Amino acid sequence: MTVLDQTMAQPRPAEARLPLLLVLHEWVTTVDHKRLGIMYICSGIVFFVIAGLEATIMRWQLFFPNNDAISPQVFNRLFTMHGTTMVFLVGMPIIIGMANYLVPLMIGARDLAFPRLNAFGFWLFLFGGLLLYFSFLGGDGLYGAGTAPDVGWFAYSPLTGRAFSRGNSTDYWILGLLVGGIGSIATAANIVTTVVCMRCKGMTLGKMPLFVWMLTVVSVLILLVMPPLTAAQVMLLFDRFLGAKFFDTQAGGSAVLWQHFFWIFGHPEVYVLMLPGFAAASEIIPVFSRKVIFGYPMMVAATIAIGFIGMGVWAHHMFTVGMSAMSNTFFTAATMLIAVPTGIKIFNWLGTMWGGRIRFATPMLFCIGFLLQFLVAGLTGIMLAVSPFDWQLSDSYFVVAHFHYVLIGGLLFTIFATIYYWFPKVTGRMLSERVGKWHFWLFAIGFNLTFAPMHISGILGMPRRIYTYEAGRGWELWNQLSSIGVIFQIAAVLIFVWNIISALRHGEPAGDDPWDAWTLEWSTTSPPPEYNFETPPVVRSRRPLWDLKHPEDPDWRHE
Amino acid sequence: MNATAATPIAAEPTEWTLLPRGRVGMVTLILTESALFSIFVVAYLFYIGKSLNGPYPKDVLELPILATICLLSSSLTITLAERGLRRGHVGGFSLWWGLTILLGVAFLASTAIEWYRLIYQDGLTIATNLFGTTFYTLVGFHAGHVTVGLILLSLVLVLSLLGHVKQAHAERVEVLSWYWHFVDVVWVVVFTVVYIIGR
Repeated sequence: MTVLDQTMAQPRPAEARLPLLLVLHEWVTTVDHKRLGIMYICSGIVFFVIAGLEATIMRWQLFFPNNDAISPQVFNRLFTMHGTTMVFLVGMPIIIGMANYLVPLMIGARDLAFPRLNAFGFWLFLFGGLLLYFSFLGGDGLYGAGTAPDVGWFAYSPLTGRAFSRGNSTDYWILGLLVGGIGSIATAANIVTTVVCMRCKGMTLGKMPLFVWMLTVVSVLILLVMPPLTAAQVMLLFDRFLGAKFFDTQAGGSAVLWQHFFWIFGHPEVYVLMLPGFAAASEIIPVFSRKVIFGYPMMVAATIAIGFIGMGVWAHHMFTVGMSAMSNTFFTAATMLIAVPTGIKIFNWLGTMWGGRIRFATPMLFCIGFLLQFLVAGLTGIMLAVSPFDWQLSDSYFVVAHFHYVLIGGLLFTIFATIYYWFPKVTGRMLSERVGKWHFWLFAIGFNLTFAPMHISGILGMPRRIYTYEAGRGWELWNQLSSIGVIFQIAAVLIFVWNIISALRHGEPAGDDPWDAWTLEWSTTSPPPEYNFETPPVVRSRRPLWDLKHPEDPDWRHE
Repeated sequence: MNATAATPIAAEPTEWTLLPRGRVGMVTLILTESALFSIFVVAYLFYIGKSLNGPYPKDVLELPILATICLLSSSLTITLAERGLRRGHVGGFSLWWGLTILLGVAFLASTAIEWYRLIYQDGLTIATNLFGTTFYTLVGFHAGHVTVGLILLSLVLVLSLLGHVKQAHAERVEVLSWYWHFVDVVWVVVFTVVYIIGR
């Protein structure tokens, strides 16, 4: 095996001194997958702060019983905007940004297959998000009724009909997500095409990093499940503007049909968000355990199984709507079935850690937090999959606790791990380990303090989405614990932002490969040049950099 | 920058060809469009016979046989055009391609006539009942896709008449023809659902 050491092009030294307008112009007109990835993730973080503030106001309102800090109308808008933002404007852009930045680097390509389509997708997403938030100003429409959308993130019919949702707030919800959804579809098509057509020499499907595998499955899922939401939203628009009858129960339309259409999108969407978390963990855990991933083929098979089964479980969101016994049984069984591939993954990550020389750096800490908390999320998920159990606890704080353990305890922790792990590659600077550990521990404490008590308030009967509650129901303590946890989370996020800013200013230089990792992105400079690789790489195993560093014992002898 | 980067190079470079981007990109588009149409089709099937007031499909719908023949045969002409270009017959390509566009326009015209009759004679609009709602949405979405296809095909025809389409573009033209075939297949589904099952 020959090793070529090449000096990559230096980043233009003049860049820092370019006038602001020129820099902005470069970013606005860029079609570079790395810049678009950074823009996706940064806008995701901005929306994360906004949606986090919305949640903070809600927790403040729920601190005391009979509190009237905000009105019920405002509370409805807050939980609608919080949920919608977190799913569509935080989760989606961040995972798409991760895919954008990392997939071409990991497969040794110079960009995505359709770079301009990629830029188009980003701007659709951003303006879709701005359209949604413009509702705070323009949602009054001509009617003077309602501002921001207040129909909940799944916008159940008939609440969204003209009769019950006057003004234009619901229209902003529809159009903002419709536009952003088309952007997601464009990017997903782009990623699938990139992975199929642009892998570097030698990278067969069986040698792709697991990250790429999982993001490919995610992209196929987006291609298949985003259009149902788009279609349903078009129907709703026709109902609202053209007098169509799709969800008009007085004309024989069905409100339940909206639920089906929404959740045909909505449940796979959970896997769209969660699989990139799995993907990051599957790269980070091996590197920090100093072992090759345990059960690579099973991980791929489990990912595909999750993709398939994930499209057949949607109605477990609808057990309380009164489906037939047959449907309830089917969706209970399907939902339990999906725990099997997910369990396989958890055991494979544990198997990777088992006997490894584990380095407890910040990315690894976040991954371990993810493993523990995602396990809790999975267990409550199985409980809720049992339809009679769900009849008791559906729409209670138990469900709120469950999906926040999925999306924060699972996804957000792996997103933090992702940022700590790949930040050195993106910026050429290390984030502070010391500050990172403060971030991890404060966030882990704050997150669990906020959401673990919600299991109990839910079991005690507290429904979700209520703007206040009476004293003496035994809910006070649990709500107060939840609200106190928010303080820790805010502190952790502030520390995180500070860590990023100070690392950008005077962080330790990272070098090309600070973690002694094995995938292709670490073989180029940090940050990578615009063309990623001077010579397109050639790989012979799943860990090309291991082969490079250990020519005496390369992986391809064993795979 | 401490900028030496190592690119792993294997000892033995082997044969390495991957699928062309255009084709794979079109397949992803067709996949996602199929998901879109399947929801409209499901909505149509779900609401068959659930309209609370007339007009009902059996009273007002007639089989659009001629339009169907036009659209389906356009799949044949576009294949002939694309094969011609592959062999380098640019003139033949333009001829068959233009014929494809004419057949597509004939299909749209037939839809327009049908809609005119339904709206002005039978009083069926999108707001009349569930049949009108689902009918205009599903058929309209398909017609919208035909329109987009016609715009793209016309663009190629103009370029071809200006002499910009060469044998080298056969691959791209073929990718575009896949979209047209897809629109045709969707019509077969729509025809079956709306005019056979739903009537």
